[in-house]
Amino acid sequence: MVAFLNDPFTWTGSLLRSWLEGLGLAPDLVTFLLQVVGAFVLGTTLLMLTFILIWAERKIVARIQDRLGPNRVGPYGVFQTVADLLKLVTKELITPTGADVIPYNLAPLLAVMAVVGVWAVIPLAPTLIGASINVGVLYIVAVGAIGTLGIMVAGMSSNNKYALLGAFRTVAMMVSYAVPMMIALLIPVLLSGSMDMETIVEAQSPIAFIILAPFAALIFFVSSLAEVGRAPFDLLEAESEIVAGFHIEYSGLKFGMFFVGEFLHAFTISALTATLFLGGWQGPWAELYPLLGLFYFIIKTSIVYFVVIWIRGSFPRIRIDHINNLNWKLITPLALASLIVAAIAEKVATEFGINRLGIHVGANAFLFMITLAAIRLNARGARSRVKANSVNKSVAASSGSSPGS
Amino acid sequence: MLTLTQIVFLVAAAITLLASFMVVTCRSMVHAALWLIMALAGVAVFFVLLNAGFLAVVQVAVYIDAIAIMIIVVVMLTRHSMGIQDRQTNKTWWAAVIAALLMFGGLVLMFTQAPLLGAEAPALTMGSEALLEELGLALVDVDRYIVPFEVASVLLLTALVGSIIVAWPGRKSQDLEDQS
Repeated sequence: MVAFLNDPFTWTGSLLRSWLEGLGLAPDLVTFLLQVVGAFVLGTTLLMLTFILIWAERKIVARIQDRLGPNRVGPYGVFQTVADLLKLVTKELITPTGADVIPYNLAPLLAVMAVVGVWAVIPLAPTLIGASINVGVLYIVAVGAIGTLGIMVAGMSSNNKYALLGAFRTVAMMVSYAVPMMIALLIPVLLSGSMDMETIVEAQSPIAFIILAPFAALIFFVSSLAEVGRAPFDLLEAESEIVAGFHIEYSGLKFGMFFVGEFLHAFTISALTATLFLGGWQGPWAELYPLLGLFYFIIKTSIVYFVVIWIRGSFPRIRIDHINNLNWKLITPLALASLIVAAIAEKVATEFGINRLGIHVGANAFLFMITLAAIRLNARGARSRVKANSVNKSVAASSGSSPGS
Repeated sequence: MLTLTQIVFLVAAAITLLASFMVVTCRSMVHAALWLIMALAGVAVFFVLLNAGFLAVVQVAVYIDAIAIMIIVVVMLTRHSMGIQDRQTNKTWWAAVIAALLMFGGLVLMFTQAPLLGAEAPALTMGSEALLEELGLALVDVDRYIVPFEVASVLLLTALVGSIIVAWPGRKSQDLEDQS
């Protein structure tokens, strides 16, 4: 019992293994079976988690907007999502005329697969990780962008102009925001010296990377918000412009898949931010009691997820040209600069034995000042342009009106 | 009796071959791009079977995500190419057939003359992680592969410049804008 409380994950794993080997199965087959069971449990838990996530999001957004939110089904409306799901299940699955049937049905699967797949490499607790592969960060990039593929396929195969427009917007946004996201991902890799997610978490033992590289954390958070297509970057499904975007032609549970994928994706980027920059399961006594590590991980992820919802409740949708301007003119150069700064600071700290924390924080503060100055210059230029324009207009208006009067 | 690895290899090989055949015979460009994604995913499975996890992940990240999505975007943005009434061949098809046959024949000739064809592959002396580090160092080593590596980046630069020239608003499009 004490062994179970200390480390339930290893304990359960070894119990299952000894039981299966006792049945006379080959060790290879047992490993394979355990992996299948692990994947099944992880995937199911995550999809079940969506019930709570959707409820929490609706409750919090309601509170931000001074409403009550769901409050009829169950205590505090907890079971509202279950009722919604039952409604979705009973709906007819409509395939639009002229749709590409196979890609059309494949797209929802791709969208959910890409999200759940990311969780394979996130260390949930010191002894609990789906698959410990040494290129975990690269794997996240690879699997994450399959979701983009799902959206493209959905938009393309629906035989609907609005769906296609929604898919085109993916190109403008998700693909271009992947650039700063990948550069920001490089910084934890650089600081920890490994692409393995477990090593990255362990490298944050004294100081979390959000303190060493606050810029990278911010850039990663913002650009992954755009990757997910959450407000304020929810152009993919801007209701006022292109109705529902890429999933307009999906009904019933197929729509539900996109819905689940979207909510789970927001939670996934919170988990990634918590793992890469907030230290994942790190916390007091987490090494001794893995269950405590899981607790810390959930707490940190929930805090980031709350910020995601908070942003959704607070900011209006950004126009598409502003989104691309923001990405290519501010975030991408900033990500590159912050990567260079982090590399130089790390090298200087190891070569000359200067305090690592001090030099990283100093370098980031320096970068912050430069960014602020650049933004100010840019804003001043924009203001003077607007002023010149309005002067021209008023001159034109007065000269145009004078002959008539 | 086939081992599990062999079964996976055979299935992946069959899927990859089928998918690559469909890429060139499919009448819809969008479908061809989707089949191409499947063929590239099959290659990623081969990398996994060869214990090259890094290459498998890179295969997915670069080829499936970046290139395949770009191909779909290009197809969707190009006029008339989403319709399925396009012909699969144009009038230089015979030249393409000759070139493909020459290429295939040359490759077969080369492979049959290679002395190591029947030999067992040598066992790896390093772990996959050490191999990866070795690969990274070799790419930036002056004595080894830095020249091909840099030439490859020149190729990418050429593609970049070329795409800018293609997208450049030339005289023709300006005339059109003036008329409208």
